[in-house]
Amino acid sequence: MLELTDIDAGYGAFQALFKISMSVKAGEVIAVIGSNGAGKTTLLRVISGLLPASAGAMTMDGVSLRDTPPHKIIETGIAHVPEGRRLFPRLSVESNLKIGAFIPAARKKFEERLAFVYELFPRLKERHAQLAGTLSGGEQQMCAIARALMSGPKLVLLDEPSMGLAPVIVAQVFDLVRRIRREGYTVLIVEQNVRQVLKIADRAYLLEVGRIKASGAAAELSASDEIRKAYMGV
Amino acid sequence: MDCQLDIFFLEAVLNGLLLAGLLALLALGLNLIFGVIDVVWICYAELVMIGMYGIFYVHKAGAPLIVAALFGVLLVALAGAILHQLVIRPVLDSAPINQLLVTGGVLFVLQAAATMAFGIDFRNLGIRFGSFTFADMSFSYSRIITFGVALAAMLVLWLFLSRTYVGIAIRAIAQDRQIMPLMGVDQRRIYLITSAIGGGLAGLAAALMVLQYDIYPQIGLQFGPLIFMICVLGGLGSLIGGFIAAFIISEFIAVGGSCFATEWGYAIAFLFFMVVIFIRPQGLFGGRS
Repeated sequence: MLELTDIDAGYGAFQALFKISMSVKAGEVIAVIGSNGAGKTTLLRVISGLLPASAGAMTMDGVSLRDTPPHKIIETGIAHVPEGRRLFPRLSVESNLKIGAFIPAARKKFEERLAFVYELFPRLKERHAQLAGTLSGGEQQMCAIARALMSGPKLVLLDEPSMGLAPVIVAQVFDLVRRIRREGYTVLIVEQNVRQVLKIADRAYLLEVGRIKASGAAAELSASDEIRKAYMGV
Repeated sequence: MDCQLDIFFLEAVLNGLLLAGLLALLALGLNLIFGVIDVVWICYAELVMIGMYGIFYVHKAGAPLIVAALFGVLLVALAGAILHQLVIRPVLDSAPINQLLVTGGVLFVLQAAATMAFGIDFRNLGIRFGSFTFADMSFSYSRIITFGVALAAMLVLWLFLSRTYVGIAIRAIAQDRQIMPLMGVDQRRIYLITSAIGGGLAGLAAALMVLQYDIYPQIGLQFGPLIFMICVLGGLGSLIGGFIAAFIISEFIAVGGSCFATEWGYAIAFLFFMVVIFIRPQGLFGGRS
């Protein structure tokens, strides 16, 4: 589905990603793990076009993403839930969801998908008229994921969905990820919470200072002594 | 000074209310542009002036007033879009002072061009709607029409901004610019649409102003500072703030003008503005800065 080959990217003279190659197949949940500043968020920003890659190739179902303008990438079936959720705080929950369905193909299915995300997250239906900025952290994460689903994506990019949330809520958020996976979405998730994310992922890539250091089945990685010591505190 | 709570005081209050509709419309246009694109069109009142001349000449050429008014709205909407493409886009990432100076430059160009093209004569459509008298108070119909049309236009705009995809995108972009591409929104297109709407509102204001005011190249100077004061008082970029501030300022002008002299009305309004800005630099409803 998504193929990256030797992708380089950076900010000005600072190079943040070096020769990243990875692939995501339909139906998989792929985790990208690594410490703060390893380039995880940058990787997602490059895939969704917020940051241009400086070298390499990147395709979604055969379409070259590097040749697609940033606002057209969502039309290839990639929806990005950004770090810190980034809801529009002074718009209602429902207006946030409507913006998620901005692309022409999604507008036609707005009512249908709205009913679907309200069924998936009944909490959002209760709060549909409330300003998004007044939701609790967990509810905001639900809303951000629901907004991404409104475009009818094949692949959902999730950037640190557990960030800034209380431990109880973190467990709920990982439960949300399991639920959207069950609905048939392919997920690429970036997380610092390595222990938790490896439980829900099929495969994982370990990023260290902008390079892929290890990759493989999630179960294998979580059994590796090196990763357990460096990222799981055991 | 004769300021008593009598029927003339009430008349002044009501006339202030009628004036507020027009000023609120203009403030709305300017605030929309600032909120979305983050630039201030210093030449906003000059766009109104262009619209007034356009309406004047089209009407003089024989078009019915309503057709001329429609032409004015479209003309200034187009002017707004062109202003954005040619002047604002190249300086979008420049320092705010540069953006102010380029639109300030457009102000002088438009004034000079209008003076060259149309001369310095005061012109008017020569239409008189008359006025009606109620309990010793007199209100001109043109003011009442202006108020009604301005209020209706603001209601339509509000529906557009709260119901349509493009309208919601316009509000969203003012809250978080960077992630708009993730929603599939082309920022450049939204900027252009917003500029055309801002221009269209100035064109509508022009269509209403030709009913009441003479047209001359410097008419922008009469309204421009007032509109900026209203926008800053309400909180630059705040649509609701601008709306409410328009009513406050209009009342100061109308009531102050009725109690003292017209010129004093403006002076008192500015004094009030300065006191508020001293206490609340971000304006009454401003969130930023």
